[in-house]
Amino acid sequence: MLPLLAQAEIPDIAWLPLVPHMVMAGAAVLLLTIVSLAGGRLPKWFASAWTTAAGLGVMATAIPVWIRVWRRGPHSTIADSIGVDGFSVFIIVLLAATVILTALIADGFLRREGVDGPAFYVLLMFSAAGGMTMAVADNLIVLFLGLEILSLAVYVLVAMHLRRAESQEAGIKYFVLGAFASAFLLYGIALVYGATGSLNLYAIAGMVDDDLSDNGLLLAGMAMLLVGLGFKVAAVPFHAWTPDVYQGAPSPVVSYMAAGVKAAGFAALLRVFVGGFGGLAGDWQPVVFGLAVASLAVGSMLAIVQTDVKRILAYSSISHAGFILVGVQAATDDGVSSVLFYLAAYAAMAIGSFAVITVVSGPGDEGAGIDGLRGLAARRPLLAAAFTVLLLSQAGIPFTAGFWAKFEVISAAVDARSFWLAVIAMLAAVVAAFLYLRIVVAMFLDAPDAGAPRLRIPRSPALAIAIVVLFTLAFGVYPEPLLNLADDALFNLWLTPR
Amino acid sequence: MMVLPAIIFLPLVGAAAIALIAPSRSMVLKPVAVAASAATGALTLWLMAAFDKHDSGFQFTQLNEWVGSAGISWHVGVDGISLFLVVLTGVLFPIAIVACDPPHDAKAYYIWMLVLETGCLGVFLALDLVLFFLFFEIVLVPMYFLIGKWGHANRKYAATKFFLFTMLGSALMLVGMLALALLTARETGNAVTFNLLELADSAGELPTITARWIFLSFLVAFAVKVPLFPVHTWLPDAHTEAPTAGSVILAGVLLKLGTYGLVRFGLYLFPEASRYFAPLLFTLGVIGILYGAVVATMQRDLKRLVAYSSVAHLGFIVLGIFSVNIEGVEGGLLQMVNHGLSTGALFLLVGFIYERRHTRQISEMVGLQKAAPVLAAVFTVVMLSSVGLPGLNGFVGEFLILAGAFVAHRWWAVVAAAGVILAALYLLWAYQRVFHGTPDDANRSMPDLSWQEKLVMAPLVGLIVFLGVYPKPVIERMEPAVAALIEHMEEAEGFESPTVADRPEGSFEELRALLEHHGGDEGEGH
Repeated sequence: MLPLLAQAEIPDIAWLPLVPHMVMAGAAVLLLTIVSLAGGRLPKWFASAWTTAAGLGVMATAIPVWIRVWRRGPHSTIADSIGVDGFSVFIIVLLAATVILTALIADGFLRREGVDGPAFYVLLMFSAAGGMTMAVADNLIVLFLGLEILSLAVYVLVAMHLRRAESQEAGIKYFVLGAFASAFLLYGIALVYGATGSLNLYAIAGMVDDDLSDNGLLLAGMAMLLVGLGFKVAAVPFHAWTPDVYQGAPSPVVSYMAAGVKAAGFAALLRVFVGGFGGLAGDWQPVVFGLAVASLAVGSMLAIVQTDVKRILAYSSISHAGFILVGVQAATDDGVSSVLFYLAAYAAMAIGSFAVITVVSGPGDEGAGIDGLRGLAARRPLLAAAFTVLLLSQAGIPFTAGFWAKFEVISAAVDARSFWLAVIAMLAAVVAAFLYLRIVVAMFLDAPDAGAPRLRIPRSPALAIAIVVLFTLAFGVYPEPLLNLADDALFNLWLTPR
Repeated sequence: MMVLPAIIFLPLVGAAAIALIAPSRSMVLKPVAVAASAATGALTLWLMAAFDKHDSGFQFTQLNEWVGSAGISWHVGVDGISLFLVVLTGVLFPIAIVACDPPHDAKAYYIWMLVLETGCLGVFLALDLVLFFLFFEIVLVPMYFLIGKWGHANRKYAATKFFLFTMLGSALMLVGMLALALLTARETGNAVTFNLLELADSAGELPTITARWIFLSFLVAFAVKVPLFPVHTWLPDAHTEAPTAGSVILAGVLLKLGTYGLVRFGLYLFPEASRYFAPLLFTLGVIGILYGAVVATMQRDLKRLVAYSSVAHLGFIVLGIFSVNIEGVEGGLLQMVNHGLSTGALFLLVGFIYERRHTRQISEMVGLQKAAPVLAAVFTVVMLSSVGLPGLNGFVGEFLILAGAFVAHRWWAVVAAAGVILAALYLLWAYQRVFHGTPDDANRSMPDLSWQEKLVMAPLVGLIVFLGVYPKPVIERMEPAVAALIEHMEEAEGFESPTVADRPEGSFEELRALLEHHGGDEGEGH
């Protein structure tokens, strides 16, 4: 197998599967152009509406790709470096939905905070385009490109709130640690290339079997890749940035990070490890097992002592990452589809939860302490009820999408005979339930502070919250359609029999 | 058959209707709640009437595919084991709703009560493991809010403790359920299914050790819910802090979810493991009986005393179930109903007293009999039923349990019998302190039961006496299903369960005749 770089001629390109990427990135460039030309003549809601339209456009153009996959089966294009499979379409649609919902939440927020402007939306779309590239990457360099596009945009988004020192601090912190993680990833790619002579996951998957299983170079490369990706999905022990960044970053950005960045990170993790290194599952499974246990334990236990709701949810997102790693650890078809279902369900809960926090925390993005939620049920019963549904979904209570997410992941783990991991994950879920109950107690069982200001809920975040709550409840009662989609969303990388 | 879905979802429809009532018309909240729960109760009574008492299998079943890709179906049905728990739920809920008015937020209160009823009925009627689990777990949410929002001083702590304890148990059960379904499917080569009946047929294929581990995971969930001795600590807090209606439903219905689960999923799915772990459960049951009784004796708080008496009574039920013979299991089932009636009634009475006196401290009450003779009389009947006095319902159940347990594990039964005496001690002593003596100023003017409260207590007292005198209608409907269960267990492992009938002294029919005769002699008397 020749290295990709040595191929001089331009490979065949199937354009159709690339349309969603072009729509997302193109919409970002166009928005930048339009705004700089039209200046202040555009209505205030324009950028948000444009972004929403771009997200819908991505979803619409993903449909023909799905049909193509359905007709021809999973395959790849551009010299095998772009995967065209149900898996990537699922993640692309998920990222597009994340962008739409984030744009809806951001609209009111940016105007309230006086940091209005198209920059937020442009960066958001660029970042999502990067995430979409990670989801299709069958080549480690493409993966790295996608990761950098995603990350650089998010570094800026985190520091978006110019007047808040915490936001600046979070941006710097995320940037420094993120750059460090990218370096790990790149070094890992280099080592894998050194061991296998290829950057292509297809080629690597075909090569890695027993005779490469104790190749030190390859193992070191895999370990470094795991570090780099583990940072993006906020798995312990690469999680240290998460609470500070989640607390400091503007709330809509956090909702995108929790839902979108995590989904892209896990997509890459699945593609590289379950797909590319699937033949060496025996080597990396114990490590992922350890990461999962550590994330579950640290995430749910440290969240208990927090008082800031954004920090609580940051730790809970670490614990969710641990849960998703349980599905990764299974390294089976069921494991992959359970991760996809979990990512979709978690995106809804995370975006909804941070949307509620965006609305509840007043100007300056302060007041996200648990005290700020006290007596919310008396002041805004519907908002409190919506938040409760999302929190119960995070806890995995029946008749919410979160229950089926846990059900699927545990099912995959049990099927892969990882019984103890399943037990640990469920126990961690009980500990985590305590945190969600704390928030529910504050909202429903505590009396509101006297003189609490009347909450204004702008229309677009309300719409976003309504959408995710409906999603959570509808797929909580009847998860079959989403389960089937996740089951059908197969890799193009299953080369080694398992 | 649509009757079971109707029973399950009627309360939910009522809850939805209540949610739509405008705040200005709050006076119709309670009538709607009462109507929804009473209609459900009427349906369950119709179910009992239409139930074919000679059929040992599931009746009124309904089976639809639900989450086909995971092998989960909407599968409901009723048999002699679940029938009376359904009826108990149908009867207790309207009583609890009628008896107690919430002090605030009436709308949310009634919504949660009705959602709770749907959850409980779903648990008893589900014949699919995942469906069962969904209902089993969702019950936590309304109960959490009922305790946390309308409870007494320490309610937040009690509600959270209740939620986490129960969730801890069911978390492990979920892993066990998945392991059961997936590993069984792997052994038999069939598609994954969570259908209870199919799993009961094929679960025997599992290796013995695997089945024992899975049984343990189920056991943890049910033991917390029952609650069995070391994991019972949520119960006194939850029962004491809950509002009166919440305590009634907690004791009357919610605790039965655990014991019902032990019969339906423990014995039925894991015959070998149930018998293997029976000595452990026997021991825990007996510890529960003695421990509950001793701690109840020491209580200064009347409501807490009743709460601890539940620990003792539920110990008896576990003892009966794990005798694994017809008498024991039947006694356990009967005692579930009896405990629901008598402890539910006791919590109602304690609630009535609390509304009048605003205290639950036994030391602050004296001579209430003078001030409220009717309340005292009703309390006497209910308390004696809880003690297990012959002629009242508690006796029949305890007698069957002890008969079954004696055959299976003699010495445990002997020790457990001491619990009956202790029950008489703590309840009679409490009665004496509260109702006897000369009332002081605070207690002299306590009003007696109102007509509304009498109306609420009448069906409970009626059932307590009726089931004590003539338990046959209940037992004869339970017996075919219990016999089939025992037979299923014997087939599964080629084991003969010892029965009372093996002994030369008398057959079970004679025993029952003896009981009925005895009950007839005793009469009401109080």
